[in-house]
Amino acid sequence: MREGWLSLDPFVVAVVLAMAVLTYLTKVGGLWVLSRLEVSDRLEAGLSVLPGAIVIAILGPELASGGPVEWAAGAVVLAIAWRTENILLALCGGVLAVVAFRGLV
Amino acid sequence: MAPSHDYSSSADAAPDSAVSFSLEGVRTGFLTCIPVALGVAGYGVAFGVVANQAGLSVAEAALMSTTVVAGASQLIAVELWADPLPVTAILVTTVAVNLRYSLMGAALERWFRHLSPAQVYGSLFLMADENWALTVRDLKTGSGRGAFLLGSGIAIWTFWVASTVVGVLAGGVIGDPARYGFDFILAAVFLALAADLWDGRSTLVPWLVALATALAASSMLPGRWYILLGGLAAAVLEVIRYDA
Repeated sequence: MREGWLSLDPFVVAVVLAMAVLTYLTKVGGLWVLSRLEVSDRLEAGLSVLPGAIVIAILGPELASGGPVEWAAGAVVLAIAWRTENILLALCGGVLAVVAFRGLV
Repeated sequence: MAPSHDYSSSADAAPDSAVSFSLEGVRTGFLTCIPVALGVAGYGVAFGVVANQAGLSVAEAALMSTTVVAGASQLIAVELWADPLPVTAILVTTVAVNLRYSLMGAALERWFRHLSPAQVYGSLFLMADENWALTVRDLKTGSGRGAFLLGSGIAIWTFWVASTVVGVLAGGVIGDPARYGFDFILAAVFLALAADLWDGRSTLVPWLVALATALAASSMLPGRWYILLGGLAAAVLEVIRYDA
């Protein structure tokens, strides 16, 4: 066990920095490749659905692994987001709902 | 009656060539992202707690949040943390979890092609799921704020690093994050973003394909490949049916 809040193990630092470099490469890689290709309208149509599709792909298994409590809280989030378009309100409502519903179950 | 979330008409009306990189864009991105960054901070506290349990010092966890800036991969990395460090497993999962960023960055290309390499590759360092989604939403309105990703990224980064430190320090004090609903924050953020990104009925088919693919892939493959595959399946389908 390492001691001290500010201790930095050189090996840990090396692993963390390697993670950072690899992550940065994934962040810039797609755009770098794309900016060197001629992008057709067809490809652009495909890319335009990516934002929502990725959000849904993250959400699906996350919600599927939950239960009725998470689904009900999720419905609260959607309802608030739809009505107010305020993410913070939706977020707070969802977290409060999940805590409340867990208390009920 | 639910408000309309159809941004496509305004996106078509505004030429993408009007994208510029300004201080106003940084400021708007930063301010718009603060509510979301508060949500990220809840997640960051959870990360700090897990990192503390894995045996990372405050400095080590803070260094990871400062330089990696990718929550899911950081959480998975500290879950894998052991003595000796499984370096290969940590690095391979880091790439796998973060490969989705290549798609997300690529989705910004139609606006970022008008910016300089320094502006583009500097901004992308601070790209996270949440501020990327906010940026797409903003650019789709035809705002032309090329610096939105940087500004919103600064907000995310600041809260992410600070909340990591709080989480590590509080690690011994906080028990189960589920007690405070912290485990639901990520799902809540993405549900709110999905409500924002809903673009009318044209979105329905690609979203159903993404959902079905992600559900199937998550039950068959380890890690976070399902995110990448779900996004790719929807994009490929859209390319195939483009003029069909």
